[in-house]
Amino acid sequence: MRHVKVLSLLAVLLATATFAVGAGPVLLNAAGATFPYPIYSKWFDLYHTSHSNVQINYQSIGSGGGIRQLLDKTVDFGASDGPMNDDQLKQASVPILHFPTVLGAAIPSYNLPGVQGELNFTPEALSGIFLGKVTKWNDPAIASANPGVKLPSDDIVVVHRSDGSGTTYIWTDYLAKVSPEWQSKVGKGTSVNWPVGLGGKGNEGVSALIQQTPASVGYVELIYAVQNKLPYGKVKNSSGAFIKADLTSVSAAAAAAAKNMPDDFRVSITNPEGKTAYPISSFTWLLIPSKFADATKRDVVKDFLKWMMTDGQTYCEALSYAKLPKEVVTKEMKAIAQIQ
Amino acid sequence: MATTPNAATPADIPGNSRTLSRRGVSADEIAHVITLIAAGTLLLIAVLLVYQLWVLSAEARTKFGWSFFVTQTWDPVAGDFGALPFIYGTLVTSAVALFIAVPLGVGAAIFLAELAPPKLSSSLTFVSDLLAAVPSVIYGLLGVFLLVPLMRTTIQPALKKTLGFLPLFKGPSYGIGFLTAGIVLAIMIVPFVLSVSREVLLGVARDQREAALALGATKWESTWKVVVPAARIGIFGSVFLALARALGETMAVTMVIGNNPKIAASLFSPGYSIASVLANEFSEATGNLYLSALIELGLVLFLLTFVLNGLARLLILVTTARGSGVLPT
Amino acid sequence: MSFRLAWRKSLNVVMLSLTGLCALLTVSALFFILGYLIWNGGKDLSWSFFTHLPAPVGEAGGGMANAILGSLKLLLLAALFGVPIGLLGGVYLAEFGGRTVPFMVRYTADLMNGVPSIVMGIFAYALVVMPMHHFSTLAGGIALAIMVIPTVLRNTESFLRDVPRSLREGSFALGANKWRMIATVVLPAASRGILTGVLLALARVAGETAPLLFTAFGNRYWSPGWMQPTSSLPVIIYTYATGPYEDWHRQAWAAGLVLLGLVLVTNILVRAFLTRGTAYERT
Repeated sequence: MRHVKVLSLLAVLLATATFAVGAGPVLLNAAGATFPYPIYSKWFDLYHTSHSNVQINYQSIGSGGGIRQLLDKTVDFGASDGPMNDDQLKQASVPILHFPTVLGAAIPSYNLPGVQGELNFTPEALSGIFLGKVTKWNDPAIASANPGVKLPSDDIVVVHRSDGSGTTYIWTDYLAKVSPEWQSKVGKGTSVNWPVGLGGKGNEGVSALIQQTPASVGYVELIYAVQNKLPYGKVKNSSGAFIKADLTSVSAAAAAAAKNMPDDFRVSITNPEGKTAYPISSFTWLLIPSKFADATKRDVVKDFLKWMMTDGQTYCEALSYAKLPKEVVTKEMKAIAQIQ
Repeated sequence: MATTPNAATPADIPGNSRTLSRRGVSADEIAHVITLIAAGTLLLIAVLLVYQLWVLSAEARTKFGWSFFVTQTWDPVAGDFGALPFIYGTLVTSAVALFIAVPLGVGAAIFLAELAPPKLSSSLTFVSDLLAAVPSVIYGLLGVFLLVPLMRTTIQPALKKTLGFLPLFKGPSYGIGFLTAGIVLAIMIVPFVLSVSREVLLGVARDQREAALALGATKWESTWKVVVPAARIGIFGSVFLALARALGETMAVTMVIGNNPKIAASLFSPGYSIASVLANEFSEATGNLYLSALIELGLVLFLLTFVLNGLARLLILVTTARGSGVLPT
Repeated sequence: MSFRLAWRKSLNVVMLSLTGLCALLTVSALFFILGYLIWNGGKDLSWSFFTHLPAPVGEAGGGMANAILGSLKLLLLAALFGVPIGLLGGVYLAEFGGRTVPFMVRYTADLMNGVPSIVMGIFAYALVVMPMHHFSTLAGGIALAIMVIPTVLRNTESFLRDVPRSLREGSFALGANKWRMIATVVLPAASRGILTGVLLALARVAGETAPLLFTAFGNRYWSPGWMQPTSSLPVIIYTYATGPYEDWHRQAWAAGLVLLGLVLVTNILVRAFLTRGTAYERT
């Protein structure tokens, strides 16, 4: 009786193991940024539908996770909205290439049930809130930019990321540029020492916290606020105009960088020049190793990148991401050749 | 004297030794070796576990030394890591949990051991055991969607109104935080307190109770003044066991604690526990120092639960030994 | 009746009622949890929940078929690696051991039982994922197996010791070797209790999330074979519950109901039926 059980167990094991060997789908594992997760998950799904033997399993664990897992080589490629710094690039066993995929925006989203319309945020207000110095919603720093809006006297509940995040990188990069105090006290990075606030995991977790916590404010990628119908505010840009994040304003932010894109595509476009530019925009990158041991995987990755820059771009705008500027696409197409 | 009760071997039985010594390696010896290897595998795993934790945390240990335990900052950008906020959060949530779970569990155990008829007692204990089997993530699910809004809208404001003069209950009520995490933990550890306490209470000799009742005590007095003190040590054991369990709880706590490595007096404030920071940051710690610091936290947690579990089992052992008459009371 | 007597009598009633209340609260917690999950999760259980893969983020629909299969595969691995080692180790402790080795093994098993599952996850990551450079079902299965071994080992030892000496001696008297005696007499006699322990241990690891976070990782598709990352019920519940999408929340409730149902049904069946006639000890 026992023998029969053991043998049948072995048979089941062999059966399940072999169907993996025989079928031959190309499986790629990727991990990283939650910022572009909605568009990436759509892309990988569409790509799988048109190339049914390819499965790209993307796990949104945050840009920090994407970089770390890429360096540990537990995933085939990574994704991040904070470009890898030189120290991290040195740790990689093969050179890592950055490929911009879309343009997105980090927006201040809030939960104020009694307030109609969109709030305006100045750089001073944002840095004050996140430094913990502006503690109430009706503080002059916020009220002065919103004449005529009745702001409650509630305490502000700050929400930030608890995990290593490219969205945090974009947000803190902007704050460091507009607030010397932020630069010296906190600095910029994928994980920082937040002075105040609750931590949520991923853009998903932050949106959920904002959704559930009255009087809260946090930063998320635009699509998360749109999909979950969270209100979000305008931010004052370097020219003094209050800009709402949308396709035009985000593309405007990238306009200058598009013309002077460095070869490795690592560039920050926060707080740019431009009257219509949204100040907290960013590229987001796929982190691709320049050498693949497996030729099939390499070819799939190269094909996907080409698809992403042509067909893929047509799906961006429906999800509120701005398309890559043409000059960037041209440059990237040439860079694909570097993947061996 | 055989060291295990059933370690009688054929060699003990006269007349069999010839068959064993004739063959090279007997089937019994093979069985002995195979089972020894299996038991040894467990030892190997444990040794490997401690070794991995020790070695992988080396960078943080050498860089920070003992100051790791008293540093408050957790700053990945500057590479400055301190364990204090996490140890604080772990201890505070566990303390809140014990504060709620111990009276509840011991009270229920008293009811089940002293008052309830045997059938009711065992079926209610059965239900309590089922409660212990509920996965942590389910508690987290209920915590996030049920308890947190309840805390934020009802319970925390009520506490603030009545007990708001205490520093424990000051500050804005987010709904998530130390108190909420502590309450979720309390529900999770009550079954452990209940089942162990009930068993040690049942183990107290019958004549103790009867002597008290014969002297005119009420049922409650006999229970509280005679039986419970006799089982006191075992009940402490159950508390340590529950505490050890609470320290290591990950998912339910992560979902309701707020993920903010700050030390604050108020129970309404968000915090962070060791297990939660490991769950959130482990897969993304960029840089060896960061990872090493996290693993050092894991080592700390491991040692804490190790010590507490050891103490707990010792206490329970002492009580059962007393109850069965091996040790004097 | 003097005042003091009246006071003592009323205190008696009050305190005893309070303890009854405590018991009631504890017990009703389970019914509340179960009831709420049935109410909230039951309405979203559908055929597509069990058979479809997840939809792209933000789009409604999709199911958890890959998570359910993933959990089953992980459990299979946990049983495959964990149960034999635990079983044989328990046999060693009860039948063969001397003094020091059994003491060390027992102590270690109790120690490992108390280790938080997140630490086990870290261990499995360092042991399996890092050298292999790959998240995999195998790594997750090993993490769970390591949690199963100590429980099964102690449980097996406990039930083997309960088998009366007379059975063993009878077997020897009939000429059996030691291993034959163990295999054909002692183990079958203890089998009910051992099976109880095995099933309960498996039910416990079925609900574990933390060890899977960095071993089995996650997968939006089916995970073929054993060497790819896989989705699993507890991890997907965690992911969906902490996200903002209403659709995810509904699916999390449904999945929670499925998971809780499986765990509770296993526990109830095992405890109610298998332990009839055996002195089952809680480990």
